[in-house]
Amino acid sequence: MTLHGMTPAVPEIYLAFAVCVVLLFEVFVGVKRPGATSTLTLVVLAIGAALTVRYANIGHHAVLFDGMYVTDPLAFVLKLAGFLCVAVALLYSRMYLENRDILRGEYYVLALTALLGVFVLVSANSLLTVYIGVELLALSVYAMVAFDRESGIAAESAMKYFVLGAIASGTLLYGMSIIYGLTGTLDLEVIATKLNTPGSLGVILGLAFIVVAVAFKFGAVPFHMWLPDVYEGAPTSVTLFVGTVPKIAYFALTLRLLAHGLAGTSADWTLMLTPLAVLTLIVGNVVAIVQSNLKRMLAYSTIGHVGFIVLGFVAGTASGYTAALYYMLVYVLVALGAFGVILLASRKGFEADKLDHYKGLYQRDPLLALVMMAVMFSFAGVPPFVGFWAKLRIIQALWETSHLGLVVVAVVMSVVGAFYYLRVVKLMYFDAPPENLPATLRPLGPRLVIGVNAAAVLVLGVLPSPLLDLCSRLIQ
Amino acid sequence: MHSPLLSILIWLPIAAGIGVLLLGERFLAAGRWLALLSSIATLAISLPLLAHFDTQTAAYQFVEKAAWIPRFKAFYALGVDGISLPLVVLTAVMTIPVIIAAWTVVKTRAAQYFAAFLIMEGLMIGVFSATDALLFYFFWEAMLIPMFLIIGIWGGPRRVYATIKFFLYTFLGSVFMLAALIYMYVKTGDYAIASFQALPLTLVEQRWIFAAFMLAFAVKVPMWPVHTWLPDAHVEAPTGGSVILAAIMLKMGGYGFLRFSLPITPDACRELDLFVITLSLIAVIYIGFVAIVQADMKKLIAYSSIAHMGFVTLGAFVVYEIVRTTGQVQGAAMGMDGAMVQMISHGLISGALFLCVGVLYDRVHSREISAYGGVINTMPIFAAFMVMFALANTGLPGTSGFVGEFLVILASFKASFWYSTLAAVTLILGACYTLWLVKRVLYGPVANDHVAHLTDLNGREFIVLGMLAVLVLAIGIWPEPLLKIMEPSIHHLVTQAVATKLPV
Repeated sequence: MTLHGMTPAVPEIYLAFAVCVVLLFEVFVGVKRPGATSTLTLVVLAIGAALTVRYANIGHHAVLFDGMYVTDPLAFVLKLAGFLCVAVALLYSRMYLENRDILRGEYYVLALTALLGVFVLVSANSLLTVYIGVELLALSVYAMVAFDRESGIAAESAMKYFVLGAIASGTLLYGMSIIYGLTGTLDLEVIATKLNTPGSLGVILGLAFIVVAVAFKFGAVPFHMWLPDVYEGAPTSVTLFVGTVPKIAYFALTLRLLAHGLAGTSADWTLMLTPLAVLTLIVGNVVAIVQSNLKRMLAYSTIGHVGFIVLGFVAGTASGYTAALYYMLVYVLVALGAFGVILLASRKGFEADKLDHYKGLYQRDPLLALVMMAVMFSFAGVPPFVGFWAKLRIIQALWETSHLGLVVVAVVMSVVGAFYYLRVVKLMYFDAPPENLPATLRPLGPRLVIGVNAAAVLVLGVLPSPLLDLCSRLIQ
Repeated sequence: MHSPLLSILIWLPIAAGIGVLLLGERFLAAGRWLALLSSIATLAISLPLLAHFDTQTAAYQFVEKAAWIPRFKAFYALGVDGISLPLVVLTAVMTIPVIIAAWTVVKTRAAQYFAAFLIMEGLMIGVFSATDALLFYFFWEAMLIPMFLIIGIWGGPRRVYATIKFFLYTFLGSVFMLAALIYMYVKTGDYAIASFQALPLTLVEQRWIFAAFMLAFAVKVPMWPVHTWLPDAHVEAPTGGSVILAAIMLKMGGYGFLRFSLPITPDACRELDLFVITLSLIAVIYIGFVAIVQADMKKLIAYSSIAHMGFVTLGAFVVYEIVRTTGQVQGAAMGMDGAMVQMISHGLISGALFLCVGVLYDRVHSREISAYGGVINTMPIFAAFMVMFALANTGLPGTSGFVGEFLVILASFKASFWYSTLAAVTLILGACYTLWLVKRVLYGPVANDHVAHLTDLNGREFIVLGMLAVLVLAIGIWPEPLLKIMEPSIHHLVTQAVATKLPV
């Protein structure tokens, strides 16, 4: 392979290089000037996005590195989304990290390696690449969860995450080994041509392990137990990161591995995903109702949303995958806003993670309250916010495949979900603020970005066509 | 090419609402005037619709169509016919008294109060003028947000319970409608209401879709037994919220039956018409009795709304019984006419009654009937208005209340003697609860110091109530123009409703 032939892989190559630069920068400059690494990382991400647009935007499907690596418009868009998402997440987090004395360069290095993991997964075309991506992402995230080493609860949740995550990685690897044994190849495209008879016992066995791993990564019930603990226990900036960036990767994982590589056996794995989706929707939305901790509530809400994403895969059609992609992108956009508000409402020595901390937020900080309201109504799926179209798209995919029962579960659960989202709005707008809450953070940059974030939730809700079109184009 | 009147009607109030929001509490005086002027401008712009409306055709008029979501073939498509036009104008009319009534009364976050109502006005006009089902649903749901905030922020002591109940009830109904709409979209490939109406559906499909629509619209109307959110919402809502809720939002349910249920699932409607008629009659009679025993004025009017809205659903569905009994399509239109007039009339009357209660509440801060008595001694002008609206509520000839109820009763007589007899019970029950309310609140000796110190209507309140009184009387005395506007559309609707859509 010539050097020229490697240009579509520029994002990964660049990012690997940038990780080293940021690490060195931190050692020589960052220790003396805290915060410099943070700025550098944002620059790195901006340059990365520019390079991606320049080199990775090849507009067609291409396979590199002897079939290990694939790039296509979907990969390009997801990588750009990854850059954007990480940049926004880091921007929201900076003051939070500063206030907790954990504004250190390693945090940014880990964020970049996690992003690299996302990229590898997004472009994986072989079981091996998939596994490397999964591990790279997961290991970075485990370390990020434990980043605040003074915090016992963070260490505990990191430990929980790591142990359970390792088991999931194990099942993934085991399932892959069975598939490899059956087909004799690691290449997903070759596997797709070889495995086209659903119902064979070996395939089902391999699939079962892979589905369990995917469900774990997404946080689908009953493999969700880690998710609320990690969301609650991790520093909020990490919760923001864990809640958004990896979703892009795990969508890609499911798409490349199940929907494309194992497309021939979709009858089997959609059958496996169906009960998972139903359980995920029900448990996520019902359990979220009784939470008093906002981060934990959002964790269960995430589980509920994962249920919708899985429903898109259950449909098992291009339309369903499009719906899942759209839902995932929308979820990431909205979740960035949700956790961004928590970060900006927190102060040094004060974590705004209880629902009660949001009482009367409107009086204390109208902007954050407005953002949070847009986010909550979007999560609930009420127009004119973008979340509505995500739900609509999923229901449409289910109707196209005549899943009456799943449609009913989905709409009923979105009503159940509306209840706890409304409660947050109620706290912010209808209740009086308690006396002793510290003021919210007012840095100009992040507040501007969170405003834009909320505006995007509204504008994409009123004019949903561009993003819907994009998603349809990406999945043929 | 005519000017996009409907778009202006939708977006002018919304833009003004955002303007008021941006002016904020600091420039409240300017915001108030902006709110008032824009609501008056909205009404003024809606008048050309009436003037230039062609009463000879059932087709949509003032049509606008622009690409919205090409991939779904969903359009930003607007248009009004004889069914939606009166409701659009009603919406434009009813927002003005709400703004004026709140002028100095709302003390906290007043700018947001005005903004919420203006935004809601735009969204409600959007509901009535959308000819694309997805756009309809978009407005239909979006409207819940301002109402949720209005009840929750400016409501009474139990406002949180009431507003969450309101939101969840309506949301539950709506999502099933959404599922049904998407189902039909998957079959037709576009979201135009007209193509849904033309889509052949088997009886089983129609039953399911009918059920989904029923959930959405019955909750909104509201019909017994899914009405329980309404008394709570009305009691807790601020005056303006109650007015809009009763005058416009309930009408959306009726509108939904006429626009969606009857033309899209005519066979299921024919099959299940007795079910709806029974629920309507229960609403008329049972809820009438419930209204009698209420101790809270707003609750009483809320229950009276449910009873009156029973006439709307009765008038719409009795059509099938008329066709079954008489075999004639022609006479069936009368029930629908009645349903439509009843909607408009109830919008004006219930809105006016809630404003009357608001007038009293602003002075005494109680909605309990027992807190009043002999109000006429201190507020004679107010009493005159309230008596007039109360009589209109009981269906006194010469008021708009009479026309709608009379048409529906007359139409149901064609179907069955018993329907009309049962429906006519409302004339007695309505008189019972309304006049007894009037008697206890207005007449008798001055009950207490509060009442003794009441001051009569100020100019602002006089204008508001006077304007509605004129309209109530105008429709009551001369309903012909209104019926004329509706006639071709109603006729078309009846043809659609009695046709069969079963695939052959």
